[in-house]
Amino acid sequence: MRTRIRVMLFAALCLSIPLSQAIVPKPAEEQSEPIAIIGAVIHVGDGSVITDGVMAFDEGVITYVGTDANRPDFFSHQLIDVQGAHVYPGFVLPNSTLGLSEIANLRATNDVVEEGDINASIRSAIAYNTDSELIPTFRFNGILTAQIAPQGGLISGRSSVMNLDGWNWEDALLAENGGMHMHWPSRTRRERNDITGQFETVDNEDYAHQTQLLHSLFQNAVSYTGTPLNLNLQAMAPLFTGDAKLFIHANDARTIVSSVQFASSYGVQEIVLVGGRDAMKVKDLLLSESVAVVYESVHSLPGREWYDVDEPYKVPFQLHEAGILVGIGGGETALDSQRNLPFFAGTAAAYGLDRETALAMVTQHNAEILGVDDQVGTLEVGKNATFFVSVGDALDMRTSQVQEAFVQGRLIDLFGTQQELYQRYYERYSNQPLEQ
Amino acid sequence: MRFFICWLATMLMVSPVFAQETATPNGIADNRRNAIALTGATVYLPGQGYQEDATVLVRDGVVVNVVAGTDARDGYFAIDMAGKYVYPGFIDLYSGYGLPTPGRPVQRGGAEVVRSGNQAYNANDAIRSHYRAVENFTPDADSSETLRDLGFSSVLSHHADGIARGTSTLVTLGNHNANEAVVIADAAAHYSLDKGSSSQTVPVSLMGSVALLRQTYLDAQWFAAHEQRPFVDESLEGWIRAQSLPQIMEVDNWHQALTVDGVAQEFDTDYVIRVGTDAYQQAEKLAATGARLIVPVNYPDAPDVADPFIADEVSFSDLKHWELAPYNLRLLSEAGIEFALTSAGAGADFWDNLRQAVANGLPHDDAIAGLTTVPARILGVSDRLGQLDAGALANMVVTSGPLFDDDTVLLENWVRGERFVLNTGLDERRGQYSLMAGNRQLAVALDFADGGAKLSLLDGNAEPDADASVDASIGNDLISLTFTAASDTGPTRLSGWSVDNGWQGTGQTAAGEPIDWRLTYTGPLVAPEPEPDSAPVTSATDALPSPVLYPFSAYGSESLPAQQDVVIRNATVWTNEDMGILVTDVLVRDGRIAAVGDNLSAGGAVEVDGTGKHLTPGIIDEHTHIALFSINEIATNSSMVRMQDVVNSEDVNIYRNLAGGVVAAQQLHGSSNPIGGQSSIIKLRWGMAPEELQLDDAPKFIKFALGENVKRSTNPASIRYPQTRMGVEQVYVNAFSQAQQYEQRWNAYNALSNAQRRDTVMPRRDLVHETMLEVLKGERYVTNHSYVQSEINMMMTMAESFGFNINTFTHILEGYKVADKMAAHGAGGSTFSDWWAFKWEVRYAIPYNAALMQLAGVVVALNSDDAEMSRRLNQEAGKMVKYGNVSESDALKMITLNPAKLLHLDDRMGSIREGKDADLVLWDEHPLSVYAQAQTTWVDGVPYFDRARDQQLRQYIADERARLIAAIISEEE
Repeated sequence: MRTRIRVMLFAALCLSIPLSQAIVPKPAEEQSEPIAIIGAVIHVGDGSVITDGVMAFDEGVITYVGTDANRPDFFSHQLIDVQGAHVYPGFVLPNSTLGLSEIANLRATNDVVEEGDINASIRSAIAYNTDSELIPTFRFNGILTAQIAPQGGLISGRSSVMNLDGWNWEDALLAENGGMHMHWPSRTRRERNDITGQFETVDNEDYAHQTQLLHSLFQNAVSYTGTPLNLNLQAMAPLFTGDAKLFIHANDARTIVSSVQFASSYGVQEIVLVGGRDAMKVKDLLLSESVAVVYESVHSLPGREWYDVDEPYKVPFQLHEAGILVGIGGGETALDSQRNLPFFAGTAAAYGLDRETALAMVTQHNAEILGVDDQVGTLEVGKNATFFVSVGDALDMRTSQVQEAFVQGRLIDLFGTQQELYQRYYERYSNQPLEQ
Repeated sequence: MRFFICWLATMLMVSPVFAQETATPNGIADNRRNAIALTGATVYLPGQGYQEDATVLVRDGVVVNVVAGTDARDGYFAIDMAGKYVYPGFIDLYSGYGLPTPGRPVQRGGAEVVRSGNQAYNANDAIRSHYRAVENFTPDADSSETLRDLGFSSVLSHHADGIARGTSTLVTLGNHNANEAVVIADAAAHYSLDKGSSSQTVPVSLMGSVALLRQTYLDAQWFAAHEQRPFVDESLEGWIRAQSLPQIMEVDNWHQALTVDGVAQEFDTDYVIRVGTDAYQQAEKLAATGARLIVPVNYPDAPDVADPFIADEVSFSDLKHWELAPYNLRLLSEAGIEFALTSAGAGADFWDNLRQAVANGLPHDDAIAGLTTVPARILGVSDRLGQLDAGALANMVVTSGPLFDDDTVLLENWVRGERFVLNTGLDERRGQYSLMAGNRQLAVALDFADGGAKLSLLDGNAEPDADASVDASIGNDLISLTFTAASDTGPTRLSGWSVDNGWQGTGQTAAGEPIDWRLTYTGPLVAPEPEPDSAPVTSATDALPSPVLYPFSAYGSESLPAQQDVVIRNATVWTNEDMGILVTDVLVRDGRIAAVGDNLSAGGAVEVDGTGKHLTPGIIDEHTHIALFSINEIATNSSMVRMQDVVNSEDVNIYRNLAGGVVAAQQLHGSSNPIGGQSSIIKLRWGMAPEELQLDDAPKFIKFALGENVKRSTNPASIRYPQTRMGVEQVYVNAFSQAQQYEQRWNAYNALSNAQRRDTVMPRRDLVHETMLEVLKGERYVTNHSYVQSEINMMMTMAESFGFNINTFTHILEGYKVADKMAAHGAGGSTFSDWWAFKWEVRYAIPYNAALMQLAGVVVALNSDDAEMSRRLNQEAGKMVKYGNVSESDALKMITLNPAKLLHLDDRMGSIREGKDADLVLWDEHPLSVYAQAQTTWVDGVPYFDRARDQQLRQYIADERARLIAAIISEEE
């Protein structure tokens, strides 16, 4: 029995090392037979850990999570003994432009910001490029699900949650158009003074006008009857029924207060704060309005020069202690660095959080915040078999070694262009084959 | 403190203007002997103090003598000054009086402006040493009155535009025409580090300004050596002419003041430095320069702190500066610095602020000297200005009492014997009056505020009657008055004249009936609520309200942590040496590692228990831009700029880096041009001045750059050469071959006999070529920003063709593709762990780059190039275990020993070995782990960061902020 398991593991590993591809990995095949993973340290994603754990899944859905490796129905399963490796739910990345942007400073490769202040109708899903060269680098670190969001303007548009495996956007969809993204205008902005050369804070003279645009939009959206047809107002409707969430992008305390109270006053059912640097200053408002926070700034400099040196690192812990539902985001800039999402959680774990709670902030909490917790985010029966196996602690870059990953039961290929180039040059300089 | 009441200065023309001999009068000759005696005054004589009951004799605009007694003399018109004080007239050395307003800085963006304007001036438009203020000077009645009202009778006026600003002119502020107002036509030469209105793109940086200044000294020396000039450059001519004058340099902050002192030493000149209000923050260092200063007396507005959300945005240093700026002059005085004062910046607040400075401990005599003798001495005009000896210009300030007393008023300002009354004394007539107008009798209150009379009708309770209105205009002799009492149908209008005890005259009622009227003093105004006692007057012996911190920033402290002898016991020690990683003791003495081994006898050293912890060498960041005021110059070849000129020792990122275990860094120029600037290599000695951060005897480095940035790829309007990688190669070939030719010119010149040299002009020294020659001779190493394999290959080939090698490729994201060639060339690679995709040229950047380069035999470092990432470089090293399976000890070396090797510092840094610098980090966990935190970071054995002390500093910041915010709010209330 055990022998067979090792053979299967080897076979699985072989699958993931094709000879050469030079283009992004091929989407995975559907799960063809039930599989049981045994000998695993299972990080459920809800804070609990199952040592010597067993997890089975079939047709892309988890059918068993526990410690019993000898269940009768496992006779029909392919058994994989991971020999003490760690099994995690796939990391869930919120608020990303993955698949919308390829080279940050090349305009033609960016589909991120649409023209105009109010773009409620636009939706990211249809621009999501499943063949983006960045996607394999995210999967390589265990990120298997991502919310893809447009940016810019006051109302940026609608986000969707995608599986990071699929032939095309339609196939990759996990949840469509579930988020509306709003950027509340800032009262002030930083501006370089041409005379002194110093940056200074100046009032945003457009503030009143911009907030009026939003008030007008929400007033008309709440009372929208369908005629005359207005695509933006139509797209807003699910916010008031709870069928979509409003993701408010704000960091400054005053902006958070204004925007959250604004949304609440118009009857928006589900509010998420994205950014949230100053969230602790207004925690009671966030609690009373049941606002969850996607905190984006773990690997950031402290917000002010006099703040604690570790201020950005410990905000997730502080918000969690305050009772707020916190997810950790990939950072609002530098798309390429978002593959470090698990390590942002790791840093947060070094500054107050216990490690499983830190893990929950990039799995369970993010799934809940994105409204996909019925499908991903934890390893529980009935949820998608979207998970990965790592030899060591996947929140620590020193030990994170993602060996295998499954999206809805499909064994995906982790060998991307970067791995291919590594292999090519490793073999060139060492004159020996690379054993991964 | 109270405002002066500055009346429309009634000018009493006692003396005629000075005769301009060559001007033809429009009328008959009007020659007079104008002699005046100011009798019975208390006269302040510099060096002697107050002379009571003295008389100042003035004739034809010049002081004849100051004599004891009040007796009038024959031939002098006597003016009684009994009870009044007379001071030498005040001098302001920083003014643009009578000159055109300087041009505005040009907006950047679009195409670069690569040439200077097409005039016979300097090759750089920021060098305006051709400018002579005297040729552009026109007396301006409004401005001169404003300055006179502050007590100034002479100002040094210059055109504040450019790095070399030409000469200033010293002028008096009377009613003279320009010919007569000018005391010295070319009084001083002026400089700054601000390019001003020049539209030329170069220099774009602070270090570029310093370099341009230095190069212009050299250009001028060379130019002056030609009897027959090689070309016309009126700017250099002006520069050469002005070198014998006082040299006044304007800077923005004390950092720049220390930088320009270095330039002064290099070119054997003395700057009088016009500093800012922050000079007190490094008073000792400024004193050590020996420079005299020109100091403004403006204080920062209280920051907006009422709303806690907004108050958080106010920096700690701004709060501290708000409190301590009024002690600036006292601290400069205590440091023994000689300074002149300027009203620039303070304007109408000048006297309030200066009195506050005196109240805060600035010695009275130093304050007066700063307005009189010191500026006169700086300009070499002590015989004519700043004192009242015989022959001095009759410039005097007359006050109602001792100058810095709270209720003293400036009464008169005399300029070359011309009397200007600043304050008529009318306000002494404030009080309650009875107004008899026709058959009506009304109670009136008369007060003076904001330069005008304010009358109000009083009701039965002697309170101002809200329903009545009064409008009055009062002069020395005439009065006009219009009032409408509560029940009146229209205004009653009165005209009149001054009499004893009031005024009287005639007027008309609302109905037009003529009436007589009289306003008679009945008693003083009801005293307003006494002001709460303001802060008691302090003296120089009183403590400051809070100490000056080093650095003057959050996480600064009054005294720096001391170097300590310390033994760290039983830590897991990552030696980076043959000993490898082991649990043992490390002893530090005198800033160096004294021993590594078990059970070391420590002999009184501080004991640190390292059990369960990890001790590593300090992290060295090969590529940082923290702690710099400026990053990029933009000239295609800016090898002459030096990053050490723009080090910001107050940048809190230094402290944050220490908290991440970083002990040293190479501060690199940016990558906007192929040949950047000279590196600064610092140790993170938080709290020390910029010069003290510099690593002693550090090897010299320069930044080169390739690819998209130097092609200006993100600016479609750019016209600067190069625009392609093909052009980039030619930039280097050209720069090095030009440098070789430069050396040949010097070699040829140096080979001449003395006699031959006399007939030959010495070649021009060129800071660009000299730096390139250092590279060619192996005296300066190259750190080369690079991305794609083609350009890396090109650089190595190019360097080899000139006989040197590229020491370090930085960024080097495609280094893995040519790592074998790099190893053969001897180049190191200092790279990012996992950055990519942010631009086209990093499309094939892979996180295995470091591992692959190492595999091919390249010395590999991981660097930050980023203030955020630099404080967790240990995590970036940890990623190398993940990407490419680098051993943990090799991964740690990538941020410690390997950067030390690349910086040629591995003989003293980068590993834990007896004799090396005690730059150490104690970690609570495995140092490559995401969970690791630095507990203590030692630099030279000094624990500049320590987690326990960090907690104290946080508390100190919180307490100080609370105290300062409370102080601001209570002051506003």
